[in-house]
Amino acid sequence: MSENAKQLEQLLGRGYQHGFVTEIDSDTVPPGLDEDMVRLISHKKQEPAFLTEWRLKALRHWLTMKEPHWAHLKVAPIDYQSISYYSAPRSKKDGPKSLAEVDPKLLETYAKLGVPLHERARLAGVAVDAVFDSVSVATTFKERLAAAGVVFCPFSEAVRTHPQLIEQYLGSVVPYTDNFFATLNSAVFTDGSFVYVPKGVRCPMELSTYFRINALNTGQFERTLIIADVGSYVSYLEGCSAPQRDENQLHAAVVELVALEDAYIKYSTVQNWYPGDADGRGGIYNFVTKRGDCRGRNSHISWTQVETGSAITWKYPSCVLRGEGSIGEFYSVATVNNHQQADTGTKMIHIGRDTRSTIVSKGISAGHGQNTYRGLVKILPSAHGARNFTQCDSLLMGGQCGAHTFPYVEAKNPTATVEHEASTSKISDEQLFYCLSRGITAEDAVNMIVSGFCKSVFKELPMEFAVEAQNLLAVSLEGAVG
Amino acid sequence: MGARTAMLSIEDLQARVDGKPILNGLTLEVGAGEVHAIMGPNGSGKSTLAYVLAGRPGYEVTGGRVLFEGRDLITLAPEERARAGLFLGFQYPVEIPGVNNVYLLKAAVNAARKARGQPEVDAFEVLGLVREKMALMRMEDSFLSRGVNEGFSGGEKKRNEILQMLVLEPRLAILDETDSGLDIDALKVVAAGVNSQRSPERACVLVTHYQRLLEYVAPDFVHVLVRGRIAKSGDRSLALELERRGYDWVAGEAA
Ligand SMILES: Nc1ncnc2c1ncn2[C@@H]1O[C@H](COP(=O)(O)OP(=O)(O)OP(=O)(O)O)[C@@H](O)[C@H]1O
Ligand SMILES: [Mg+2]
Repeated sequence: MSENAKQLEQLLGRGYQHGFVTEIDSDTVPPGLDEDMVRLISHKKQEPAFLTEWRLKALRHWLTMKEPHWAHLKVAPIDYQSISYYSAPRSKKDGPKSLAEVDPKLLETYAKLGVPLHERARLAGVAVDAVFDSVSVATTFKERLAAAGVVFCPFSEAVRTHPQLIEQYLGSVVPYTDNFFATLNSAVFTDGSFVYVPKGVRCPMELSTYFRINALNTGQFERTLIIADVGSYVSYLEGCSAPQRDENQLHAAVVELVALEDAYIKYSTVQNWYPGDADGRGGIYNFVTKRGDCRGRNSHISWTQVETGSAITWKYPSCVLRGEGSIGEFYSVATVNNHQQADTGTKMIHIGRDTRSTIVSKGISAGHGQNTYRGLVKILPSAHGARNFTQCDSLLMGGQCGAHTFPYVEAKNPTATVEHEASTSKISDEQLFYCLSRGITAEDAVNMIVSGFCKSVFKELPMEFAVEAQNLLAVSLEGAVG
Repeated sequence: MGARTAMLSIEDLQARVDGKPILNGLTLEVGAGEVHAIMGPNGSGKSTLAYVLAGRPGYEVTGGRVLFEGRDLITLAPEERARAGLFLGFQYPVEIPGVNNVYLLKAAVNAARKARGQPEVDAFEVLGLVREKMALMRMEDSFLSRGVNEGFSGGEKKRNEILQMLVLEPRLAILDETDSGLDIDALKVVAAGVNSQRSPERACVLVTHYQRLLEYVAPDFVHVLVRGRIAKSGDRSLALELERRGYDWVAGEAA
């Protein structure tokens, strides 16, 4: 046993002496964050020593960091010592006992989105023992993937079944030192998804957390790692369009993508956190670090996201374009209504020769919503012939909302080309009246115009998702036009 | 105007835009099966009349009465007027980027069907109908996949208005200068479109500056609008006279 591991054992042992043993059977640990807590989490998850150690390094680093502040977000202070950092698969005791206990507003929204009845219960967090149809779906799903050699499982399972892949790739895209929230996540993450697509394999189906029974139990510090080996292809769908009930206020997820030579990863998100009540109270703070590493030649990573905003969203899916000729793409629709705030964008870091990136950002603001696009295109001296095209369009509905655009470009190679286009428009009275005069209601007209505005992003989504995304926008903009 | 039943009956209509009175006691009756042409100098209130009838927000009715098939039109919301069978062909059709032409038509067709308690039709059926009418309007298939009026030329926009009219089959169509900016061939196509709609149950109001359209679509009545009022009405020959003499004499007569 290595010196390190021995030390660890001792430390773990010491942890127990402090009375944690009695806690082990309970679902939730007491609030607070220190080294003992991190060891406890790692121990509960029966993790190998390298992982425990990695978590501890992250924690020690996090303690030296300051919480970031942003000009365009108003964030109520978060008390990190009052959060409970480990909650076993969400306790049935926490959730509503039946649909009758669920906020009727939420159910109404599910109905509008066309979510099947049994799924509504699941999404609303109703404690139901049997997990409906999705069990059988999940099983056939697993068999087909296994036949193709694709690994798709909860992160914690992958730690047990594929520790060498975890050790090799975890933190290789988002190091534990990366930023305040990613570092926190590295120390305390509980679960998430793991995907490995072997060499030359085209994943036979869209991978979706929707089909994963435990998808809703991953907690507030989710960790996802997707590895596409040489010449492989995978399309991954995150989240689902129905609003998710969640009692966690803070979400700090990390997503790492690794694309090796000629590999292509398409990552789509259609997400709609339960925004809390009409005033946005109880909404979620969503701080996510998503980064893709185009590590091999001609690798390709594409992010597509449709977000209808939590109370506060802060995320910048990024691409590190390392491999020669690699391609990074970012397509985004962000909507804010009522008092929501969104601060989203992307970073494209061009390192390799002839790397290309495309950014298409569509921001929709309604009510008192504030929508910020923040983008960075960075072209390093090594990136000969790199090219970027950025398009940022904002659509305003009503006079009290705002759109802000901050495109930053740092080009350190004279052979690079960077193009930027931006526009701000309003849904004009003429457009609205034109639709009305054809018998279409104002609400349908707005949805139609907004969908039209978002078209270039929607077309990047897998078919079924595109439909869900449109429904989602319709619901989220409800009441935006009188 | 005798025993015929008026489809549209406008009585002493007064309307303001941005506080400025534009229609000043306009009276007009349009019977089923009739085609009326409305002519008149720039700024006389022709488009304002069309907008008021279609219910454009901001066009405030301050007096008078409008009955459409016996219903008080002014109290209806614009979308209800459309579903009741009123269609406005815009003088300047607006572009709606990214919203597919067929998609808009499908929404419009289904809104009307829903209002009549009929089942909705799917995209496939709408597409079939649209294709048929497009052939009549000599529009290329590529228009199907384009956004509403997005990047259309002036003439193409006008043709698209008529296409929408043909698909929606309104009881009353108000076409605001649909002939302006059309080349000779396009004018014939548009006229053929309008004529294909003529029937004893349906009526049409053509706002135009030119006698030329009326050569192809023979109107039953011609009216001259001056300063927000019908200053003179007549038959087809009035249009010819206006072409020769201009509007000044009408304005003089009316004053
Ligand atoms: N928002 C507004 N505020 C003030 N005046 C307006 C407004 N809109 C229209 N008008 C005025 O109303 C009058 C009638 O306009 P309208 O568009 O109905 O004329 P028209 O007969 O259709 O003219 P044209 O032949 O040029 O199309 C014009 O004098 C115009 O300037
Ligand atoms: Mg006009």
